[in-house]
Amino acid sequence: MTVRSAKIKEMTTVRVYVTLKPSLLDSAGRTVAGSLQKLGYDELEDARIGKMIELKLNDYSEERVKSMCDKLLANPVIENYRFEVVA
Amino acid sequence: MKVAVIRFPGSNCDQDAYHSLREDVGVDAAYVWHEERSLAGFDAVFLPGGFTYGDYLRCGAMAARAPIMDEVRRMADSGYPILGACNGFQVLCEAGILPGALLLNAEQKFVCRMVTLKAENRKTFWTQGVDRLIRLPVAHGEGRFTCDDETLKRLNGEGRVAFRYVPYEERDTSYNVNGSLDDIAGITNEMGNVLGMMPHPERATRKILGSDDGLTVLKALTLVGAR
Repeated sequence: MTVRSAKIKEMTTVRVYVTLKPSLLDSAGRTVAGSLQKLGYDELEDARIGKMIELKLNDYSEERVKSMCDKLLANPVIENYRFEVVA
Repeated sequence: MKVAVIRFPGSNCDQDAYHSLREDVGVDAAYVWHEERSLAGFDAVFLPGGFTYGDYLRCGAMAARAPIMDEVRRMADSGYPILGACNGFQVLCEAGILPGALLLNAEQKFVCRMVTLKAENRKTFWTQGVDRLIRLPVAHGEGRFTCDDETLKRLNGEGRVAFRYVPYEERDTSYNVNGSLDDIAGITNEMGNVLGMMPHPERATRKILGSDDGLTVLKALTLVGAR
């Protein structure tokens, strides 16, 4: 077994959560909720679907991730976002 | 009059647009790949329907950030006629050239049918020839127009709602096929030169296609003198 001496860059994993604004009808989420209710989960009132985007970064900057969200990952007209560093 | 038909990966109404413009509308047209950066020599832009970038992330999101879009934005700001149909409408909204956004249809289904449209403001470039209710096809899963209250007030107040879905006959209760806010099917920018709409005028330019009402919209291009 060869031992590699190559520098392993430290990676940061960031999870971005994008959700439809609460005021907007989430028709896909509503379908899922209906399906769960049919399975007998009577306690369920609503379900909403969002997206989770996992980013691997070799250099983490909160500002840069925010800019990725603003520029592409989320549409401010219909969506909210938040993100967290997980590792 | 030469129209640029922009092609993105996943565009699929580009050929409909190209052929209807050249053969039925009677203007010149050429395809332009999305990685181009210049639209020199073109007098108008058609953003076709399709599933650009697989509709990943959001419909039109990635296409809206393609290199050619800087030039499309410049032409929009300079008053050139620009029409985005279906996915093209989604691209215009994602690019911020038009306000609002298109969400998953309220009934969750992909809708593929004819719709009836009323031109709300006939004083814009694209609606000047729409002298009656018109019938055009729609084919989309994400066409539910939405925007905030203030934007809606402006769109209605400034005559920027180009088209609304209306019933074909009285008992047609599903005429608003996707649950769009205020039955909005198409909107324009402030100057009125940019139109985004979910229905497809380029798919309705010959009687044999079921309707040639698309010509009432597209023929506007023939009214522009050569530059």
